[in-house]
Amino acid sequence: MPPADSKKSAFATTGRSRKGEPLVWLTAAGLAFGVAMALGLFSLILVKGMASFWPQRIDLMEVSNNGAVEIIAGYVTQETQRRDAAGVLHEEIQIFRGNKDLNGEAFKYIDRDLIKSSSRPENLLLVERLEYGPAIVTATALQTATGRIDAASPDFQKTLDAMLDRGANDRAELLGIERKQIGAISRELEALGRAEKFNEVAPEIAATRRVELQSSFDLLQKKAAAIRLELAQFSFIANAADGREIIFPAEKLLHVFPANEVGIFARVGETIHRIWRFLSEDPREANTEGGVFPAIFGTVIMTLVMSLVVTPFGVIAAIYLREYAKQGLMVRIVRISVNNLAGVPSIVFGVFGLAFFVYFVGGGLDQWLFADKLPTPTYGTPGILWASLTLALLTLPVVIVATEEALSAVPRGVREAALACGASKWQTIQRVVLPASLPGILTGVILAMARGAGEVAPLMLVGVVKLAPSLPIDDIAPFIHPERKFMHLGFHIYDLGFQSPDAEAAKPIVYATALLLIVVVVTLNLTAIIIRNRLKKRFAVSSF
Amino acid sequence: MPAASHPPLTSDRPDFIKVDDFSFYYGEKQAIFNISMDIPEKQITALIGPSGCGKSTLLRNLNRMNDLIDGVHHKGDILIGNTSLYDPSVEVISLRKRVGMVFQKYNPFAKSIYENVIFSLRVAGRSGKKELDETVERALTSAALWDEVKDRLHESAFGLSGGQQQRLCIARAIANQPEILLMDEPCAALDPLATLKIEELILDLKKQFTIVIVTHNMMQATRCSDRTAFLYMGKLIEYGETLEIFERPQQTQTEAYISGRFS
Repeated sequence: MPPADSKKSAFATTGRSRKGEPLVWLTAAGLAFGVAMALGLFSLILVKGMASFWPQRIDLMEVSNNGAVEIIAGYVTQETQRRDAAGVLHEEIQIFRGNKDLNGEAFKYIDRDLIKSSSRPENLLLVERLEYGPAIVTATALQTATGRIDAASPDFQKTLDAMLDRGANDRAELLGIERKQIGAISRELEALGRAEKFNEVAPEIAATRRVELQSSFDLLQKKAAAIRLELAQFSFIANAADGREIIFPAEKLLHVFPANEVGIFARVGETIHRIWRFLSEDPREANTEGGVFPAIFGTVIMTLVMSLVVTPFGVIAAIYLREYAKQGLMVRIVRISVNNLAGVPSIVFGVFGLAFFVYFVGGGLDQWLFADKLPTPTYGTPGILWASLTLALLTLPVVIVATEEALSAVPRGVREAALACGASKWQTIQRVVLPASLPGILTGVILAMARGAGEVAPLMLVGVVKLAPSLPIDDIAPFIHPERKFMHLGFHIYDLGFQSPDAEAAKPIVYATALLLIVVVVTLNLTAIIIRNRLKKRFAVSSF
Repeated sequence: MPAASHPPLTSDRPDFIKVDDFSFYYGEKQAIFNISMDIPEKQITALIGPSGCGKSTLLRNLNRMNDLIDGVHHKGDILIGNTSLYDPSVEVISLRKRVGMVFQKYNPFAKSIYENVIFSLRVAGRSGKKELDETVERALTSAALWDEVKDRLHESAFGLSGGQQQRLCIARAIANQPEILLMDEPCAALDPLATLKIEELILDLKKQFTIVIVTHNMMQATRCSDRTAFLYMGKLIEYGETLEIFERPQQTQTEAYISGRFS
């Protein structure tokens, strides 16, 4: 039995084991740095993105301008410092004052020391409309079919609400007439023209049908014109801060919000309302106004189609590589090529997708199935199907590598047990190996989805557009339109941030869209992770 | 050494499995040298010997499990009921249906208890609910597991204890009613109590199956087996009735091994 203190020294921290400590700190610091970067990025986007939905109070300011006094209503969007020619520092603020139709610019920069007075009168209204972006005004009157109602009248608010409702209903009706019904007629006319060209329909029958269609077209147009005419009797008359009058026709008027009058609950409600409209509406005004619904829809559909394509292909390829192929030089070359594929710049995939899928496959399909529509291409032009396939190709290595790893992690004993039960090799793979490696395969699919959903560059070549007139899935037969171009959140960010005519107006939307893209990707991933964890629970791997 | 109370060592077919001058090679390396032995029907035959002596290799050749390894080949022959395993007309899959196997490490599938048991029926394409239900009850009863799991047949097999999982693997191996049951150290991963249960089970299964068991545990061999073969360096050193081998070994190597002088 050794003495007690010699035993103690054997377990005391020695110089050698302390040497590891700095390395531990280094790894911890690396992790902390990474987490800090990710959190910083996310919180910046979160704060800026959410802030764009929060309704600001509107200031009414008197600003001296070369001796004269200018009255400006708006809210501060940015504060910076500016050094003038004499080297004196000025605090400069950027003000959103709206009223682009009157001022040309929605934003104005002024020095803070030029502001003589500032107040927040309760009668200032933030008006949203179809064109020119928001306006900041005070109400003057309402023009209705039955007469003029003054802003001071007790009926004013009620009439305004009714007018907004009426405008919304009529817009929906006009959309139904012009896009759906007239669209259906023009599609039929087009088909009739093609049928005639290929002698599939007698000319006299075609002529009768054409007259019928033309008359219903005229009827619909008349109906639309009548609705417009009636709606044109209604308008909202208001004054800008500098006294100029603005008339908002009811057809273009979307929303009137008394930004200074309302309390906290109404502001929260307005925030939720704005978020909802951002998520559910189509974009307007070169995408700087309105919502991003088509982009969300396009992103989700494209990612799902991509996953549906890449999963079976990747899994089948990996099964062959891992389970069947003789492990030799050839398989090693294939494996190295697959891994290198993961490192190819994504734009190269875009070029390949354009050349192969769009022009070769799509062009071939057109020749074969849609020859009657040529020279107008159907599939021989970028579209959501080709974009999904291109991204499937891009993410294929991720799925193959993950699946191979998962397959090789299935214990040998389990395979042998299946074979000993009289299973063939394929039965063993199908019934035992694949179920056991499903969580690992899904991890690969999750990574592929994360990579694919965030990819933009190749999409610009194979199907993404700034503004898609219609969704890839809608209520027009055959309901699913894989040949259509689509919108994508990632491209939307690029387009708003760098291609927009009014970069300042687009800025909040850029943050909001970036936030949304992250939310969409996280949601897709979380869904896949939840599915994977359910499977893991079901197929929990035995201990030992 | 305690004398096990075995029934008389008679068998209808003393040469049910006939290993005939069998040699086996992993590539260049020879693992088994010219082994000849007859394994009787419905008895328990234990293969003992130090690690690497070739006992598992021999066992895994009885259902041609070694075919899975690249670069193996053999000389000589193994016959089951007068049919060569290597006869071109023998399909490996149907052979494995006749020869069930239980492994050292319990390896249930990531499926329910029920699906584990009927796996061999499933891969054989049988799906009649009544047949499957009956098979599950019969196999689990034979494996002395029915009473413990009958209320949770559709829960994951991984919820069972180690001993239960091994008995489930036995039930899986006997579900399709093979003639022969191969056991490769079936108790190596189990605690003594579970081991005892499996040993009782093995003795019980003898009534229905011809059992070949590889074991490192001398006591287990004496407790369970009717006949014992001692292998050393790929050669069959001694083979005979278990009592004879353990009480009156003829070879010095056998005596040295069973008395624990080397392992």
